Amino acid sequence: MQKFSAFSLFRQALGAHQGWKPQWRSVKPKAAYDIIIVGGGGHGLGAAYYLAKQHGLRNIAVVERGWLAGGNTARNTTIIRSNYLFDESSSYYEHSLKLWEGLSQELNYNVMFSQRGCLMIAHTVHDVQVFKRHVYANRLNGIDNEWLTPQEVKEFCPPLNISPNIRYPILGGALQRRAGTARHDAVAWGFARAASDMGVDIIENCEVTGITRAPSGEVTGVETTLGPIKARKIGVSAAGHSSVVMGMAGIRLPLQSNPLQALVSEPVKPAFPTIVMSNTIHAYISQSDKGEMVIGAGTDGYVSYTQRGGLHIPAHTLEAITELCPMFRRLRMMRSWGGITDNTPDRSPITAKTSVPGLYVNCGWGTGGFKATPGAANLFAWTIAKDEPHPINAPFTIERFREGALIDEAAAAAVAH
Amino acid sequence: MTQAFRIPGRGRVDMTRPVTFTFDGRSYAGYAGDTLASALLAHGRHLMGRSYKYHRPRGPVTAGSDEPNALVGVGKGPALHTPNLRATQVEIHEGLTAVSQNRSPCLEFDVGSVNGLFSAMLPAGFYYKTFMWPKNFWDKVYEPIIRYAAGLGVAPTEPDPDSYAFRYDHCDVLVAGGGPAGLSAALAAARTGARVILVDETAEFGGSLLSDRQARIEGLSGPDWVRSVVAELEALPNVRLMTRCSAFNYGPHNMVALNQRLTDHLMTGASGQPRERLWQVRAKEVVLATGALERPMVFEGNDRPGVMLATAARTYLNRYGVLCGRKVVIVAANDSAYRVALDLLEVGASIAAIADIRPAPDGALLRQCQQMGVRVFKSSVVQRVHGTQRVSGVELAPVLPGGDVGKGRHVCADLVLMAGGYTPSVHLFSQSRGKLRFDEKVGAYVPGESAERERSVGACHGVYQLDAVLADGAAAGAAAASASGHAGDVPTWRVDAQDTADFSGFAGALPRRGKDLHSMSFVDFQHDVTAKDIRLAVREGFRSIEHVKRYTTTGMATDQGKLSNVNALGIASYALGRPVQQVGLTTFRPPFTPVTFGTFAGHARGDLFDPDRRTQVDSWARAQGAVFEDVSLWRRARYFPRNGEDMEAAVRRECLAVRNTAGIFDASTLGKIEVVGPDAATFMNRMYVNAWTKLGVGRCRYGLLCRENGFVYDDGVVGRLAEDRFHVTTTTGGAAGVLSMMEDYLQTEWPDLDVWLTSTTEQWSVIALQGPKAREILAPLVDGLDISGEVLPHMSVVEGTILGVPMRLFRVSFSGELGFEINVPTTEGRRIWEAVWQAGQAHGLTPYGTETMHVLRAEKGYIIVGQETDGTVTPDDAGCGWAVGKAKKDFVGKRSLALPALRSPERMQLVGLLTDAPQEVLEEGAQLVADPKEAIPMRKLGYVTSSYFSATLGRSIALGMISGGRARKGQTLYVPMEDRVIPVKLVDPVFYDAEGVRLNG
Amino acid sequence: MLLIKCPYCGERAEVEFANGGEAHIARPADPMALNDEQWAQYLYMRDNPKGLIAERWRHAHGCGRFFNALRDTRTDRFVMTYEMGQPRPDITPEQAAEAAR
Repeated sequence: MQKFSAFSLFRQALGAHQGWKPQWRSVKPKAAYDIIIVGGGGHGLGAAYYLAKQHGLRNIAVVERGWLAGGNTARNTTIIRSNYLFDESSSYYEHSLKLWEGLSQELNYNVMFSQRGCLMIAHTVHDVQVFKRHVYANRLNGIDNEWLTPQEVKEFCPPLNISPNIRYPILGGALQRRAGTARHDAVAWGFARAASDMGVDIIENCEVTGITRAPSGEVTGVETTLGPIKARKIGVSAAGHSSVVMGMAGIRLPLQSNPLQALVSEPVKPAFPTIVMSNTIHAYISQSDKGEMVIGAGTDGYVSYTQRGGLHIPAHTLEAITELCPMFRRLRMMRSWGGITDNTPDRSPITAKTSVPGLYVNCGWGTGGFKATPGAANLFAWTIAKDEPHPINAPFTIERFREGALIDEAAAAAVAH
Repeated sequence: MTQAFRIPGRGRVDMTRPVTFTFDGRSYAGYAGDTLASALLAHGRHLMGRSYKYHRPRGPVTAGSDEPNALVGVGKGPALHTPNLRATQVEIHEGLTAVSQNRSPCLEFDVGSVNGLFSAMLPAGFYYKTFMWPKNFWDKVYEPIIRYAAGLGVAPTEPDPDSYAFRYDHCDVLVAGGGPAGLSAALAAARTGARVILVDETAEFGGSLLSDRQARIEGLSGPDWVRSVVAELEALPNVRLMTRCSAFNYGPHNMVALNQRLTDHLMTGASGQPRERLWQVRAKEVVLATGALERPMVFEGNDRPGVMLATAARTYLNRYGVLCGRKVVIVAANDSAYRVALDLLEVGASIAAIADIRPAPDGALLRQCQQMGVRVFKSSVVQRVHGTQRVSGVELAPVLPGGDVGKGRHVCADLVLMAGGYTPSVHLFSQSRGKLRFDEKVGAYVPGESAERERSVGACHGVYQLDAVLADGAAAGAAAASASGHAGDVPTWRVDAQDTADFSGFAGALPRRGKDLHSMSFVDFQHDVTAKDIRLAVREGFRSIEHVKRYTTTGMATDQGKLSNVNALGIASYALGRPVQQVGLTTFRPPFTPVTFGTFAGHARGDLFDPDRRTQVDSWARAQGAVFEDVSLWRRARYFPRNGEDMEAAVRRECLAVRNTAGIFDASTLGKIEVVGPDAATFMNRMYVNAWTKLGVGRCRYGLLCRENGFVYDDGVVGRLAEDRFHVTTTTGGAAGVLSMMEDYLQTEWPDLDVWLTSTTEQWSVIALQGPKAREILAPLVDGLDISGEVLPHMSVVEGTILGVPMRLFRVSFSGELGFEINVPTTEGRRIWEAVWQAGQAHGLTPYGTETMHVLRAEKGYIIVGQETDGTVTPDDAGCGWAVGKAKKDFVGKRSLALPALRSPERMQLVGLLTDAPQEVLEEGAQLVADPKEAIPMRKLGYVTSSYFSATLGRSIALGMISGGRARKGQTLYVPMEDRVIPVKLVDPVFYDAEGVRLNG
Repeated sequence: MLLIKCPYCGERAEVEFANGGEAHIARPADPMALNDEQWAQYLYMRDNPKGLIAERWRHAHGCGRFFNALRDTRTDRFVMTYEMGQPRPDITPEQAAEAAR
């Protein structure tokens, strides 16, 4: 792998950058692999990377129906945090956050993880109770989260309107300073480059059309638009399409695929120093390195694979944003888009073995999967390699719905992601 | 300053109306009808902005909404300053203040331009490869520098004082784009009587005809024909015409969003109307007449001020009367170059040369140019442009047989025009999910099969010649009207003069002499993406055009690739060795052009942001000095401070008043649902966990509602008014959800049940009268009704009148005291409240708010859904297992309650918590552990759900949810706080009057 | 914003409606007779189809009635809406193709 550094950039500059090699190999699929990962987003590419890096497996392919990381990896608002309420969730997200903190160096690819903090603001007495519960629970788990008074909120994020006379006054906020944002494409590309370097085959424009199984039930491979490929194990990491792919193996999942929209403003000079989330009025905003205000909108309430939703959803979001930050009313929406989120009934993911031997699934990340990218990839790789879950992802099974062992962050916190 | 480049008598600006404005603090003159760009160009000023990455000096390339370079900040002061507006769209008015952006200290001298010197170190994606060492420098050094350098304009810092509005509309035919195609389509449709909406993003209808001096239609000039058509449309009552109105979002089922700009072009403060309006139009049929964009060409220095699109120069001349330069070189891949040359010659400009990349261009226009002495170099390209802040000349070079580029010649010029051919504007079509197809003749993607009831016409449809454009528009307009139920003729127009359509063009980087390793040939002007950046991306394995876009950021600037996408595609396709059609296109994402946030928000600001629900007693409480809190959409009085009390003091006083005498509380916000019908009891049995069949008429029961997952969803007292009638109350926030859930089961699972559900929340005002004196206060008011404990015991309900007003009187208590909830029709709520209040004066009646209500109920161990429960709590967890009808075969949630995880002894259960120190009030949300010395992460056993100081008990009390809590009563657990550990004893959650003596009093 | 045809009120904008998830999933007559797996299948598992979906809508800000719809989730185009209680209608290949278009 060509090392990336200021020095290599300088050396290549002398040669007019003609010496750079492809960041990952473009390959035709082989006839068989030990493991096939279905889905070339951040989670899938990361899983392949960790399978190679930590479990010594090399005979791996990642198959992607379109272009690499063209799904939710490319469509989210890049919020990374671990201040979840329940131990199960906070351990999972904290595992991921810790990996984020060293990811640029680990991958030798600058993923621009910017720990600008995530401030969840409270507008009602109920919000205050809920967020303080988070703060106390997080603290005992060793996860940083602190309570700010309205005045401290204003000092930390000056554009916020803390007047007590607005429709939903700000009563305080829970701040996780280690939270942040990252460059979404870079994560996927970084994983792809490092995985490819270790021998993982990354195959784009290859749509899985079937999962083949032996008479005894275990998986034997996949059928694709580029022909059949054999595999001993298959890990499905297909986000909004998880139901479709798993359906090929006869497995129904507790998922609903909904449109989720997001938008950015035209770029402006630094004007918003952190990530702010308001669940009461449904607003999520941060400013990217490029200067765009990155704003997450709500979910459209119906199943759709169209990657678009209704205009009333982002319009409502902008009502909330401009109420919180009335000076942004003259900024302009530059681009908006939609993704397909796979939502479970308890809004927590599934990273697990399935009832089909050799078939594993990592799905249900809903509106919050980006933050989990390295963590989910890492634990999914573990689960596939060892045929059993890591203790951190052990609760995140499909069977929890049969047992009633839900991990209901949304209900517990009235918190969307 | 003089307008040295203004051509008197040319253009459509009103030269009788001069306008003064400032740019970067300098005063300029222009005319009504000018854009900021045209007015500055009239002074010979091209330099208007700086680019994003290298801070290169830039001037306008276009005359429209596709402008990537000439971005300015407009408006005075920290509240009105609007960044990133295109000078090519900003209409000047007297007093307009504009400033350039992304430069320091000034536009002419920008220290940021040193970035250009290091451009070799800053190729596409350089930031992915560096800034990783040392690790902690990213947050502290590198990123702040990157952020400071990035961004364009400066965001306003004070709240926007302007207002915004929105409207919904319906029409038969919506026409987007008011050029020749759109006008003919609109007129054809309008003449049938169909309801038509025609919009155009510019200030005037007419599109290309306003810049066209050759066209003759029905004996009229282009502008005159436009005037006649607009006049006819304006006279029709079934037509709505809107200029300065962009169709920016084409959503499903023919919903098109429009952004109408109403005041920016007027003098500031000149009107009280909204600044902008969002229209959402549901059209039966849509006609897209969005035109085509001319393509720039990619060569070294193509970004220098004075290099612009050929059609832009023509527009500045013919629409604004501005000559963009006197000595002109034109680079051509399309015959439009020759028409522009002829127009420029007419006003005395000198055409230094025309370099046509085509080996054998021909045609009347070319010959006409040659006859006028213009040198035309065939098979020629621009090798490079000279000049920094303004073009000074170009090096033209021949493309030799075989493709190499030969030795060049220098030509002096102050204006270089690019005629790269046209790209149909298929943005809206693509947003509608119509399928694009690559048209070989047009050499571009054009609309294929429509997804919606939509027709594309004119240039956006790949139809360029005026007579064909008018016919295309007319046919589609008539067809759209007919499809919407309004048949009519297809109008025809005789075109007497027009230019012949030319479909030729060029996509990609122009050939150049030698290897192109170092040239600054820009593809995306604003983002400073060069041809070599695109090639680098392909070299590094980014083979999908989406990857190329993301790696280089081409097409991601504020013009969203309107100028750059096709050239980027051309370069990538060449580098990949695959035809353009196989490389694909990036997705066209809304909005077509940027839309102000405020426009989406509309009136939803301040008090209008969300409905503000207030009870009849709200203004009374306000007059009493109440402090309020938001509970869902309701505003509720939280406490009633007297004489400067803080909340703690007020709540202590209110609590004691209720316990010792009586308190009055506005409970009107509680949800109320009337469940009526022969099967009402059966329905209630199936919905709620409780058993209802045996509840007698006139009796009440505490009802608990689970979701099907077994977790508590809502609660409230339910009174049975008749065999077939229940008065159900819900939590304040839960009312709408409970009714929806009931309707869901009733309509979809049990349609056989004869039950009616009606929300009566807003029909009843509810006055809670609680305390030992409650009966004494109430008795004289209820028109002789016997409300003694024998007749009306705890948990009963009776109908009667109070001061002649119909009343449902509940004997219930959420305070633990003798209590009544008086339900009266909302219209009488305020009067009865005040009457009760008056009657209570003699008894020391005290108003109390939600905070006191919370304390009182906590003293009694009553849960609040949403505080003790959180969507993960079963009835048994909440200590309400007694409410579950054990004998019932089924109810919503029953099956889930039998799941293993819902029966675990480890589940958190409701307990009371007492601190050793009676004055210590625990923090709500604080966690409890068994071993406070355990290392982090600590095992948490539960948390504090409610915590108060109880004036009644003279000490603090708390409720909590603790793992296996009921079995732990008597144990001590610990609350680890940041600075200390608080020991807490687990006790029964009922702290006060456990026997219920007072309640039943 | 979708345009949805309420069988009782006619075509109305999506903002008047609430989606109710997949249709034709009847609540078991005797839930206690089901084992945990069967109950989980009823309560949580969904087809989540990419293609034709039969789904429930409620005209929440209109007549308040629930009804069913057939829609293609690849295009969001409706084939038809129909009253609650009616079986999932058979549609012609032409109707399916039109919805998928």
